[in-house]
Amino acid sequence: MTQTPQQREETLTIFQKGASGRRAFQCPQIDVPPAGGELLPGRFRRSAPPRLPEVSEPEIVRHYVRLSKRNFDLDSGFYPLGSCTMKHNPRLHERVAALAGHARLHPLQDPERAQGALELMWNLQQALAEISGLPHVSLQPSAGSHGELAGVLLTRAYHEAKGEHRHKVLTPDTAHGTNPATVTMAGLEVVKVATNSDGGVDVEDLRAKADGDVACLMLTNPNTLGLFDPNIAEIAEIVHGVGATLYYDGANLNAVMGISRPGDMGFDIVHFNLHKSFTQPHGGGGPGSGPIAVSDRIAPFLPRPLVVRSEDGAFDLNHDSPTSSKSIGRLRGFQGNYGCFVRAYAYICSLGADGLKDASETAVLNANYLLARLKDKNAHPPVAEYLPLAYGELCLHEFVLSGGPMKRALQIKTLDLAKRLLDFGFHPPTVYFPLLVEEALMVEPTETETKETLDAFADAIAQILREAETDGPEVAQNAPYTTPVRRLDEVAAAKHPVIRQAL
Amino acid sequence: MAEANYPADLLYHPEHDWARLEELHATLGITWYAQDALGEVVFFEPPAVGTELIKDEPYAEVESVKAVSDVIAPLSGEIVEVNQALADSPEKINQDPYGEGWLVKIRLSEPAERDGLMDVQAYTQSLTG
Repeated sequence: MTQTPQQREETLTIFQKGASGRRAFQCPQIDVPPAGGELLPGRFRRSAPPRLPEVSEPEIVRHYVRLSKRNFDLDSGFYPLGSCTMKHNPRLHERVAALAGHARLHPLQDPERAQGALELMWNLQQALAEISGLPHVSLQPSAGSHGELAGVLLTRAYHEAKGEHRHKVLTPDTAHGTNPATVTMAGLEVVKVATNSDGGVDVEDLRAKADGDVACLMLTNPNTLGLFDPNIAEIAEIVHGVGATLYYDGANLNAVMGISRPGDMGFDIVHFNLHKSFTQPHGGGGPGSGPIAVSDRIAPFLPRPLVVRSEDGAFDLNHDSPTSSKSIGRLRGFQGNYGCFVRAYAYICSLGADGLKDASETAVLNANYLLARLKDKNAHPPVAEYLPLAYGELCLHEFVLSGGPMKRALQIKTLDLAKRLLDFGFHPPTVYFPLLVEEALMVEPTETETKETLDAFADAIAQILREAETDGPEVAQNAPYTTPVRRLDEVAAAKHPVIRQAL
Repeated sequence: MAEANYPADLLYHPEHDWARLEELHATLGITWYAQDALGEVVFFEPPAVGTELIKDEPYAEVESVKAVSDVIAPLSGEIVEVNQALADSPEKINQDPYGEGWLVKIRLSEPAERDGLMDVQAYTQSLTG
């Protein structure tokens, strides 16, 4: 097969481009006296200039634009990556985040001169408290996993303040991998709770494992199978009955915003993924934001400083004295990823309470529409026979199919299907997660996609299965054909990575 | 090994582990089904010789391109040997799960536990059932 122009193109790093002495920018001559030599101690000073790329401005621009074209992003196509909520990021949010008062604000600015930013953060805290049904919010955590860590540290601090050292944390076997990782990082021990035949928490298994050593149950509701656990009230009762806290992983909040509130379900601690549920450009690894909201009994332990409003309406950062405070302390430098706060607040203000509810309802509708298309019994080929729904009949904002029957009947694995979807211009869904579903394919379309896009995606899946039926499994097994790089050797990439650019 | 294969001389654990018994010792590994479900194995880190295994508890981790998974002990005992070759060639777990892809050898501490394991008929039935 002939290569595409992008496949033929040799990709160089920015360090391999340019020429010695070439510059994109020339600093003006210094017009103030240089600072004295002792300002920075000698041992911290460079003996040689840093080795930076030496390129012209057009070279820089072309380099990064070319790299961006080799990537797949939400602005190029449908991105139904289950559990990641890859919703469209409205351009309005970029406009407000770029305003100088937001983008150019220095993090060390005196609070008196950053009143607008603090007001925005305080207002965002109030909004998140209302959405979650939990009154106390900290915006500090930098990502969902960081919010989880904050939650587990809060739980530990809560128990230790009562003189209890509980060392176990329960997580369902469908939980996100970050849950057990967080627990381990916080020095506690993970105990897995089984899933029942409906895809929810096995309540009897939970009852058997809930004892006085349990600090917390971490739960995502709707869970990773895209199912709302109807036993949540009973689960909360069991967990609270043994004195443990209930932690809500907000990864799937996009299904329930404005409809049900974790606080009302009995949760003590919630983390939000602002970059998922409240839009951000994401998918490349950052920056994210994982604020937490907590109940009254957890509030004294929240990270410091807190954004507070005094009676005269002025905003400030409350640091508390470290000796008298029960706080778990600071989680990071400064207050969090402020640009994410601006975009999330813009989203909440543009949509309003009814709009957020609409967003969740449409996300659930889109997922069920796509699921119904894929389950159509009259379809040729019968997609649902190759890719049945793993649990239940309907879903919330996402659903998990099993590629097991497809693998046995057509000799193509979920990985092959995912790679072939790239040739149709779609980012693949999440694959092989959750682990309890054989050959899992996890689809989350989000509310921002049109019916035409959902139809085209369903047609592409049917087309790939039809190819496998008529032309054999090799078509999918050798995919993708059209992407800048073809199928990668994942084993070699993990075991023998070739780092071409020495740093 | 491309086709499903379950030797008749082994005993099987529901978490897809096998044990080959030689009097009071046993060689342990994961089944064809397990390696197929994991996909290509990238790393296997065995525990140290002398480690005590407890039946039904995890004793090692195997990492594939898809995920990191616990390996569950089908029997209790003390590790007397680990398969050093897997450090450089973990793909042997995929290629030859019952031969060169063995994981550890143990000295049994509770030999009677073998009665709780499945024979090949029971195990293959559990896979299709």
